Amino acid sequence: MVDSIFREYRPSDAERSDRSAGDRLRHRQKVREAIRENIADIIAEESIIGKDRDRVIKVPLRGVKEYRFVFGDNSGGASQGDGNTKPGQVVGKTGREGKGQGEDMAGDRPGVDYYETDVTLEELVEIMFEDLELPNLERRALREIETERASKRKGYRHVGIRVRLDKRRTARQRVMRKLASIRSAENRAGAGAADGEEEEERRFPFHQDDLRYKHIEVDVREESNAVVICIMDTSGSMDTMKKYLARSFFFLLYQFISTRYRNVEIVFIAHHTEAREVTEEEFFHKGESGGTFISSGYQKALEIIAERYHPSLWNVYAFHCSDGDNFDSDNPAALRAAEDLAEVCNLFGYGEIKPLGSRYYESSMLNIFRRLEAPNFHTVLIERKEDIWPSFKAFLAKDRVKESA
Amino acid sequence: MANYELQDLIDWDARIRDKVEEFGLDCYPQEFEICDHSGMLGYMAYSGMPSHYPHWSYGKSYEKLKTLYDHGVSGLPYEMVINANPAIAYLMRDNTLLLQILTMAHVYGHNDFFKNNFTYRTTRADLTVETFKAHALRVRRYTEDPSIGVDLVERVLDAAHALSWQCRRNLAIRKLSRDEQVARAIEAAQPRSDPFKKIHRPQEFREPEVHRVPLEPDEDLLLFIRDYNPFLAEWEKDLLTIVDEEAKYFIPMMETKIMNEGWASYWHKKIVESLNLEQGLHLEFIVRHNQVIRPIPGQINPYHLGFRIWEDLYRRYTDPTPEEIKRDGAPNKSGREKLFEAREVERDTSFIRRYLTEDLMREMDLFDYQARGGDLVVNKVSDPDGWRDVKETLIRNIGTNAIPVIKVEDADFGHNHTLYLKHYHDGRDLHLEYAEKTLAYLQRLWGRECVLETILQGKRSQLCYNERGFSIRALK
Repeated sequence: MVDSIFREYRPSDAERSDRSAGDRLRHRQKVREAIRENIADIIAEESIIGKDRDRVIKVPLRGVKEYRFVFGDNSGGASQGDGNTKPGQVVGKTGREGKGQGEDMAGDRPGVDYYETDVTLEELVEIMFEDLELPNLERRALREIETERASKRKGYRHVGIRVRLDKRRTARQRVMRKLASIRSAENRAGAGAADGEEEEERRFPFHQDDLRYKHIEVDVREESNAVVICIMDTSGSMDTMKKYLARSFFFLLYQFISTRYRNVEIVFIAHHTEAREVTEEEFFHKGESGGTFISSGYQKALEIIAERYHPSLWNVYAFHCSDGDNFDSDNPAALRAAEDLAEVCNLFGYGEIKPLGSRYYESSMLNIFRRLEAPNFHTVLIERKEDIWPSFKAFLAKDRVKESA
Repeated sequence: MANYELQDLIDWDARIRDKVEEFGLDCYPQEFEICDHSGMLGYMAYSGMPSHYPHWSYGKSYEKLKTLYDHGVSGLPYEMVINANPAIAYLMRDNTLLLQILTMAHVYGHNDFFKNNFTYRTTRADLTVETFKAHALRVRRYTEDPSIGVDLVERVLDAAHALSWQCRRNLAIRKLSRDEQVARAIEAAQPRSDPFKKIHRPQEFREPEVHRVPLEPDEDLLLFIRDYNPFLAEWEKDLLTIVDEEAKYFIPMMETKIMNEGWASYWHKKIVESLNLEQGLHLEFIVRHNQVIRPIPGQINPYHLGFRIWEDLYRRYTDPTPEEIKRDGAPNKSGREKLFEAREVERDTSFIRRYLTEDLMREMDLFDYQARGGDLVVNKVSDPDGWRDVKETLIRNIGTNAIPVIKVEDADFGHNHTLYLKHYHDGRDLHLEYAEKTLAYLQRLWGRECVLETILQGKRSQLCYNERGFSIRALK
C-alpha cells in the first residue's frame, strides 16, 4: 500500500513563513516606478484634483505587465454552451478575459493586465514629489520653531562625560575582561604551573576600555508653519476650463507644501476689480463678472499677511492665477504690489492661463511681470492640462531659502 | 480545524489508501501538509513549490490572488498537489471534513497520473523539490553577488520569463544533438539509390549546409540563445537554463490539464462512493462533487470535460450501445484496462482527438466561435457537419497549442548576426502589442537585431526589433 505522511498545521510556521514578502515588496516598487513614469498623465486626470488625502484612487498601470507571444483577436476558440447553441449566435465580446481556458498556466490570452492599482492620494503625492527630484529643496532648512526639547536615551558609548557613566555596565565589562584574561592566561600556561596567578588575582583594576557611558540624544521637534495664498482672478473672462487649470495648480501647490510643513493653512482670495477672502467652495465655483484689477488681489494678500501671517513666523507661498486680461491702467500698481509680495513670500508665482489659441488676441501680464526681478518670483504659462506638471516643477525650482528670523 | 482532528484525517486517509490499492492506482508516497489560507495563497503564487527563486512576478501574482480572494471573486482551490516523489499536497485547514476526504481522494488521482502518464517521465519527480531549491539558491546567490545584484538578475529573468514557453512541447521526443543533426543532413544529401540510374538524368548534388546555425529550426529559444550568444556571462546562461528547466517541468501539466483533472475527479468519485459515507457526508459530497465538475457555459471546464470523457470511455468499453458496437466493433478489453492504458499513453491533444465522440460533444453542446466586429459569434456547433471543426478548434486552444509556435531559423541572418525567427502561422495572428514587447525582451537577451516572420491579416510580414526600436516590414 502506498505510504502517506501528514504534516500538521502549526500556527507559528504559518506566521513566520510569509515567503512572498520580498517579492511583493519588489512588485510594489515596480508599481511605484510605473506610477512615477506616468505621473504627468495621472496628474492631468481630473479625478484626483480636490480629493481627500486618504482617498484611494485607481491608477492604470502599464509598466508591470508580463508580456509573452500570444494570439490576437482573430484566434477564436471553443467552449461549452447551455444546450441549444445555434451558429451565428453572439456569445460574448472580444478583448475580454474569461473566454477560453480560464486558469491556464501560460496565460494564453492578453488579459486585463494593464491593471489598475489602488494608491492613496497621500502615496501618490509622495511619488509626485519624489519625481520632482529637487535635492536642493530637500536639504533646505525650513524656517522652524523648536517646540519640544526632550532627552532620549540612545545606547551606550565608550566615551562620555563623568555624570553619565553607567556603573553597572562598566563593572560588568571589567568582569568580562577579567574572565577573558584568566582564560587566556590558562591557555598560555597550558598544564604549567600557575604560581604567580594568585597574587595577581587580588588586584584587577578598571581599565579605560571598561568604561561605559549612557548616550543621550536631544530630541528636537520643530514646528513649522506655512500658508498658501491662492489668488485667483474671477472676472468674467475666467471660464470653467481656466478655473479648472488654476485649481489643479493650486491643488499641487497645497499638497506639496503640506508634505513639507507641519502646519499649513490655506487662504483663498478672489478678485475682479476688488478682492475678497472667500471659502474654497466660493473660490472655485462662483463666477463673477466685470473687469480686472490684479493689484487688488495682491493688496488683499499683503493685508492678510500683515494681519495674520507674519513672515518671521510663517513661510508664505502665494500663487496667482489669471488669464492676464488686466486693465492697462492697473499694470504699474500691480507690478508694485507684486514686488512687495515677493518681498514677504518664500515663493510667489504668477500663472497665466491661456487655453490654446487664445493667447494671440488677449493681452498678457507676462510681459509686464518680466520687469520684476525678484529671484523668488516666477511666471508660468499654462495652455493645457499637460502643462501643469512641468510648470509646477519649474515654479518650485525657484523656491528660495529665507534667512531665519 | 473545525469539527475534526488530525487523527480523523489520518484514519480517513488510511481508508482511502485501501481503496486506492483496491482500484489499482499506482501512486508515489504521499505527503499532506495542512495549511491556512495565506499559506495556500503563498503556495499558489509559487506553483506549489516549497522553495522557489524570488522574482517580483510572484509577488504580483500573490497580490492578485489575494485581492481576488479577499473580495470573494474567487475561492481557493480545495487542494494543491505537485508532481514530485513523494507527491506533496496541501490541504486547507478550514475545509470541512468531507472536503478533506474528497480532496485526499482527488490528490491520489493526480498522484497516480503524475507517476504513470508518459509526459511526466521527463520531469524527474524524485528531484523536483531539490531542483527548485537549487534554482532558488543559485538565483539568490546571483542577487546577492555585489558584481551582479537584483537589477541585473531581474533584467535577465524578466526577459527569460517572457520567452519561457517558447520551447519544445512534446518532450518525449528527444532533441537531436548538433552532431546528430549534421549526420542527418549529410545523410539526406546523399544521392538516392536509383535502379534506373542509366536512363535518368544524373541527380544534382546539393552540398549540405552543415555550418548553418541552427541546422534545423529550433524551438527552444532560451537554450538557443544560451548556446549561441557568445556575449552572455555564465550567470546569465545559468538563469536562462533555470527558467527553461522550470518551464519544461510545467509543460506536461499544461499538456494534460484536461486528462489529469478528469482522471482525479473520476477517481475521487469512485473512491468516495465506495467509502460508504454516512448520509450527511454523502449529501455534502454530492454537492461538492457537482460544484467541481459542473459545466460552465461559455467556457471549458477542464474538470467537466475530462471527467465526461473518462466516464464515457469506461462506459463504451463496458456497456456499449448497439450502434457503437456496429461502428467501433466490440470492445477488446475491459473498461478498467482501457482507462489505465489511456492515462499512460495519451496527452490532452490525442486524448480528445481519440476519445471525445460526436455524441458526447453534442450532449455537452460544444461549439466554436470567431470574433466578428467586436462580438464573439458562434461559428459551428456539434452537429453532424460541424463537430469535427469544433473539435479541431478545441484542440487548438488547449494546453501548449494555445501558445504560438515560433522557431529560430537563422542565427546569422543577412550575415550580421541578426536572429531570424519564424512564427508557424496556423490561421491565428499574433497579438501585435505583445509581440512587440516580447521581441524587445528577445533582443535584450540576444544582444542584436531580432526579426520575426509572421503573417498579419493575411500579409507576410517581418517584425523587427533592433537598437532603434520596433518596426514592421511587409514581405512579398
